[in-house]
Formats: sequence, structure tokens, C-alpha cells
Amino acid sequence: MSEAKTHFIAGVRAEFPLLVGVFPFGMIYGTLALNAGLSSLASQLMSSIVFAGSSQFVAAQLIHAEAPGFVIILTIAVVNLRHMLYSASLAPYLKNLSLKWKVLLSYFLTDEAYAPSILKYEAEGITPTSHWFLLGAGFSLWFIWQISTALGIFLGTAIPESWSLDFALPLTFIAMVVPGLKNQPMIAAAASAGVVALLVYSLPFSFGLILAALTGIAVGTIMENRK
Amino acid sequence: MNIWLIMLIGGLLTFGMRFSLIFLFGRLEVPETMRRALHYVPPAVLSAIILPELLYPVNSFDLPFGNIRLLAGIIAILVAWYTKNTLLTILAGMIALLILQLI
Repeated sequence: MSEAKTHFIAGVRAEFPLLVGVFPFGMIYGTLALNAGLSSLASQLMSSIVFAGSSQFVAAQLIHAEAPGFVIILTIAVVNLRHMLYSASLAPYLKNLSLKWKVLLSYFLTDEAYAPSILKYEAEGITPTSHWFLLGAGFSLWFIWQISTALGIFLGTAIPESWSLDFALPLTFIAMVVPGLKNQPMIAAAASAGVVALLVYSLPFSFGLILAALTGIAVGTIMENRK
Repeated sequence: MNIWLIMLIGGLLTFGMRFSLIFLFGRLEVPETMRRALHYVPPAVLSAIILPELLYPVNSFDLPFGNIRLLAGIIAILVAWYTKNTLLTILAGMIALLILQLI
């Protein structure tokens, strides 16, 4: 087996436990996007065009709420800002690659592909073929995300409205936020953003959301700096 | 705005951010303050969506003890806090809502 292939398979293996967690998540996304009023085709293609789980949930939610287009785009961008950190952190390990490889691996750079890859590169350094590891991790995640989205869309058409499935969206967000509230700045960021969102709810939806999010980010950052 | 245009621009921006510093390696560094601020993006954005969803739901039932989405949401928050498990949280919240709807 070639060295590249070995790295690719190691990447897929390292990704495997994450795939198990992502699969139901993709199904929930597919079902909810359909429920939020997106067509089957749009729900499916969002998983390859945007290809970033939490921002896809948020976009579906905002489309459902009939938020204006620029707000949806801005929110997707803000939610995905953290990918710049991953990009910065992996950059030194990918600096020798061709532009084509950089483009390809950037497309596959999700939270779940980043995590095992940075651990590997930090521990073992890089070789001329070690980028195949990131490709293996990223591609396997992409593949599972497409399949699980499709299955979710397929099942979504069969679930009756009385099940209030739209409620699964805020629940998904709760599951994403609550475990991360480990210190005071995090709690303050979440609490202040939530309170501002309630206070400015009567403003056009868009403006309130962005104002609330910026407040939370500022409060969290200021509190962290004070420590 | 057209949904396809929204997805396309959203996707291009997302790709752009993933590609940005891999492409600009050695030419641009992320400032420390921004690095810190980014950690607060998920809790801030998501709470700003969650709280109005729970407190001002579109199709709320007027029950004597308040709205059932808020109650189901609180149950989900507790489950998320103690289990840190995404699926358990969603299941607990959905089951709570379905039971409260039946009462």
C-alpha cells in the first residue's frame, strides 16, 4: 500500500467515531430543512454548497422565519467565522502543497476534520504525503453528511406536522450551547445575547439577532480580558 | 432574495474563511483579540436564537402554567447540562413537548 493511501485510511479511521455522532445530526438537518420550507433539492445541496452543520441549521431557521437574505448570509458568515481559526492553525502544515490541494482541503475543512488532523500533525509533524490524512478525514465526513442529509429529507416527508418537529431546531441549538458554558465569560456571553434578543425582539428580526450576537461576543471578550 | 443565491454566497463566504489563512500563510496573522472574540460567537448567536424561540413561540398554546415550549426547553437545557449529549437533549425536549401537548 502506498504511503498516501495509508494516510488516507488512517484519516478515515480517526474520523470514524465522529461520523457516528454526525450521522443522526445530518438526518435531523435534512428533516428540519424540509420542515423549514426548503425544497428537497435545496435542503440537499446546502449540505454540499455550505457544508457546515451549525450554520445550515441556523440558515434553515432563518429561512423559516422569513429573515431577509442579507441577514441569513451575514449570520452564516458569523457562525462560520471560527473556520478562520482552523485555517490559521493548519496553514503551517499545508504550506508546501499546490494551490489545487489547498483549495480542495479548504473545502473539506470542518470542525470534525480539523480536530483529528491537527492532533496528528502536532504530534507527528508532516511528511510529503501526510495531507492525505486530512483528505481522508474530510472526505469521509463529507460523504456521511450527504448520505445522512438525504435520509433525513426522505424521512422528513413522512413525519406529521403534529409532532412539532420544528422544535427540534432550538433543541439542537441548546445541545450545542449548554455544554460549552463552562466559565463566567461564556455564561455571560450567552446570557447577555439572549436577554438583548428578547429586549429587541420587536425590531425587525434581523437587526435584533445581530445586535444581540454582537453584544454577547463583546461581553464575553471583555470579561475574559478582565481576568 | 433567492434561496439559491443566499446558499451560494453563504457557501462562498464559508469556503473563503476556510481557505483564507491556508492561502495567506506567512502573510497574515489573526490578531489575539479577534481570536478570543471568536470563541464567544457560538454561544452568543445561538442563545440569541434560542431564547425568543422559547419565550415567544409562534404557535403557542395558552395553558394556565405558561407556554409549553418554554417548559420543554428548560427540561432540554437541564438534560444538556448534565449529559452533554446532543441526541439525548433533543429527544428529552421533543418527548417533553409531546407529553405537554397531550396534557
